[in-house]
Amino acid sequence: MTYIAKPKLHHPALAPNGLGYLRRDYEGSVSTLCAGCGHDSISAAIIQAAYELDLPPHRVAKLSGIGCSSKTPDYFLGNSHGFNTVHGRMPSVLTGANLANRELIYLGVSGDGDSASIGLGQFAHAIRRGVNMTYIVENNGVYGLTKGQFSATSDRGSKSKRGVVNHDAAIDMVSLALQLGASFVARSFSGDKAQLVPLIKAALRHPGPAFIDTLSPCVQFNNHAGSTKSYDYVREHNEAVNRLDVIADRKPIEVDYEPGTTVSVTQHDGSVLSLHKLADHYDPTDRIAAMAYLAERQAAGEIVTGLLYVDPEPGDLHGALGTSDRPLNSLSDAELVPGQAALDRINAGLR
Amino acid sequence: MQPTRTEGPDYYHKVVDCQWACPAHTPVPEYIRLIADGRYDDAYMINWKSNVFPGVLGRTCDRPCEPACRRGRVEEEPVAICRLKRVAADNKSDVGPLMPPVAAKRNGKRVALVGAGPASLTVARDLAPLGYELVLFDGEPRSGGMIRSQIPRFRLPEEVIDEEVGYVTRLGGVDLRLGQRIESLKGLLAEGYDAVFIGSGAPRGRDLDIPGRKEAAANVHIGIDWLSSVSFGHIEKIGRRVIVLGGGNTAMDCCRTSRRLGGQEVKVVVRSGFEEMKASPWEKEDAIHEDIPILNYRVPKAFTHENGRLTGVTFEIVRAEYDEKGRRNLVPSGEPDEHHECDDVLVAVGQENAFPWIERDIGLEFDRWDMPQVDPVTFESTRKGVFFGGDAAFGPKNIIWAVAHGHDAAVSIHRHCMGEDVHDRPPPGFSLVSQKMGIHEWSYDNDISLEHRHRVPMLDKAEALKNVRVEVELGFDSRLGYAEAQRCLNCDVQTVFTDNLCIECDACVDICPVDCITFTEDGEEADLRSRLKAPALNLDQDLLVSGALATGRVMVKDEDVCLHCGLCAERCPTGAWDMQRFTLEMTHADQMGGAA
Repeated sequence: MTYIAKPKLHHPALAPNGLGYLRRDYEGSVSTLCAGCGHDSISAAIIQAAYELDLPPHRVAKLSGIGCSSKTPDYFLGNSHGFNTVHGRMPSVLTGANLANRELIYLGVSGDGDSASIGLGQFAHAIRRGVNMTYIVENNGVYGLTKGQFSATSDRGSKSKRGVVNHDAAIDMVSLALQLGASFVARSFSGDKAQLVPLIKAALRHPGPAFIDTLSPCVQFNNHAGSTKSYDYVREHNEAVNRLDVIADRKPIEVDYEPGTTVSVTQHDGSVLSLHKLADHYDPTDRIAAMAYLAERQAAGEIVTGLLYVDPEPGDLHGALGTSDRPLNSLSDAELVPGQAALDRINAGLR
Repeated sequence: MQPTRTEGPDYYHKVVDCQWACPAHTPVPEYIRLIADGRYDDAYMINWKSNVFPGVLGRTCDRPCEPACRRGRVEEEPVAICRLKRVAADNKSDVGPLMPPVAAKRNGKRVALVGAGPASLTVARDLAPLGYELVLFDGEPRSGGMIRSQIPRFRLPEEVIDEEVGYVTRLGGVDLRLGQRIESLKGLLAEGYDAVFIGSGAPRGRDLDIPGRKEAAANVHIGIDWLSSVSFGHIEKIGRRVIVLGGGNTAMDCCRTSRRLGGQEVKVVVRSGFEEMKASPWEKEDAIHEDIPILNYRVPKAFTHENGRLTGVTFEIVRAEYDEKGRRNLVPSGEPDEHHECDDVLVAVGQENAFPWIERDIGLEFDRWDMPQVDPVTFESTRKGVFFGGDAAFGPKNIIWAVAHGHDAAVSIHRHCMGEDVHDRPPPGFSLVSQKMGIHEWSYDNDISLEHRHRVPMLDKAEALKNVRVEVELGFDSRLGYAEAQRCLNCDVQTVFTDNLCIECDACVDICPVDCITFTEDGEEADLRSRLKAPALNLDQDLLVSGALATGRVMVKDEDVCLHCGLCAERCPTGAWDMQRFTLEMTHADQMGGAA
């Protein structure tokens, strides 16, 4: 950790976004994580994405559970709503908050312990219910806060810092999310912001359950030879299927790729996901093919990254339940208390 | 591009903008830290070693360091470096015991120094500890040169000059011959000195040859001569209405002195625009603060007079036009001429060198501007053993340049007297030392102060204008001095990068408050500058480029607005970044040793 606060002075060329905020305005307090932690890079990517999307900070709710990853919401979006829940219970609290006020942008931040171990059931149900949220797992494959035990996402055969070999099978959260019906599924790497920032931007604009598994090396306990979640291992085995540009509100496309190598997906809110294909024939709108491709490349020892699946017309929990269009806190007594006549009608219908 | 070469002293020296800009390369951040620490004696001695006159310069320096100060690029104003120097001088205890001891034995060499101003005194300071016999000649009855004659006492009290000249003259072997003007260099050379140093300044004020000059002569004065007469007590009054012609610092001293000698309506009139005036911005501010208007774009045409008495000055009103090469021409605006009434005029339109006392047949060549030909490195003239420095060498500059010249000339004189080649000069020494004390502890205060520049307290204006010998600036007290010192970014504590330790985790990129650091594909400098996290548009500032890293990318750091807060090093898990203090040891004659 660091004793001094990050100085407020900033580069004179820093430009304000559409709301008049500088990127520095989206920061939080100074990180208390270990030096070199991948999680800090993900925090920086979230800051960058929120700044570029002109997000009003007071319209964002960030929720997390327990663990190194779940400490990070303190380090970004210092002017947004925050909720640090019980271990592994972030998905339920987020679901509840979302049902109460559908107008906020929900960002769930969790780790491999919080989401793949104690909170696996919570994770599964929030995804399968289709809660409109961005769910980021900061996946380092190790219990860093308790000094380096294998987590549920540690690969079978990988070695701990002390040389112990893991004999348990790994949970692949991307495969789970695809199977459980997430309408936006991506994987990225904390050490590749060029890939990660656009993915977070796209997820934040996606009107359904968006899941990003972000490999985030633990410098202290899982960055050695024999680890499959180290900076070196991830860089060597990273197979990106595409490069993403998020084009909000018809801004011109800045990146110029060869014709025929780009596929565009228009989301419900009008934003365009322009995908530059790196793997031939990869179609990010085909869920079954995505699952097959993932299994195949995983067997070959590769880590597939990029936007793996997106449903351009996703549904969400509010649509399924037919809930109020407006946040509950904006409903008046007249709407909440329909009166004796309405109650009598309901009672009559149940006889 | 090629990885940045940081081996010699220059790369990291240049990062310390203030020290690089200072002609004497004073280690500014080092002495500012000592001031913050309350170690005023040490702060003073660091200054004394570099610039000989900390108390004088802390009040009068032209401050090339301040426009260079990095702080001025990340917020509104630079650190008040100059006035902090004065804090050290004001608050120190007796530094006498810290001065170099008188040489145990004389080395048998005699050097004549012409002029007892800052250049000659610096030469004496550097050579005295080596056992030289130094004979200083000056035409004036007091030592100090222009420090004493031209700078008004309300900016620089007499005691400060006496004290700092005294430190030099007490070093042993210094023979001051005041009131003894050298009228012939040939004669001086005939006295058999081992070397002669000429630091006689630029003593001739330029005149203004326009109609009426002769007739109104009684009330038209040359600025520097007039200031000198005021300094030495020969003039104590001036007329009620005064016009000062000229836009340099001498003009500012003239107008402010006039206000203190009875001038009630004092104005400065300049040819150029207000912005292009040669005077330092703070000196203009001080003049305006004393109710002195500055009228620009007015070219003096004639002195008007009646019965042999000056009545005023007529001005032509001009405007600036710029040709395609950007050169300025002042062209008549077509408006009718203006007449300003006045009782006295002070002409401060420049200074010139004058060497009527140097014979032209002694092997000392002059150039076509009638200036001696002087080697810019060795300060030797075309006659062996005769050296120049200060304004006498390359025309009017200021005290800190004179000091820098003096140091370099002293090195040459020492080489010359030891029978060695004056071109063979030892390079400056330097060192880089890690400041790491713990995981997140550094031996310097890296918490950046957000305070804005503090104003120097001033004497009440009515009081200040009553007496030309009362100092108008009160100086920072120790509390304000501390607060101002904390604004320094410690640019001498360098961000040193070791590429083979880097694991490219981005921690430094994420924490850097000013977006200095980028990991990217290599390219040519112009291309790299355009695609950094924040574009590096200040071409005066270098890029620190690493060798290829594991991914094939390079680390590029733009030095421009780095706060030297050390957070990159604090967040670096492998120690690839370290904060290391850069110390430069300038080559001074007294440090070179040399056999007697």
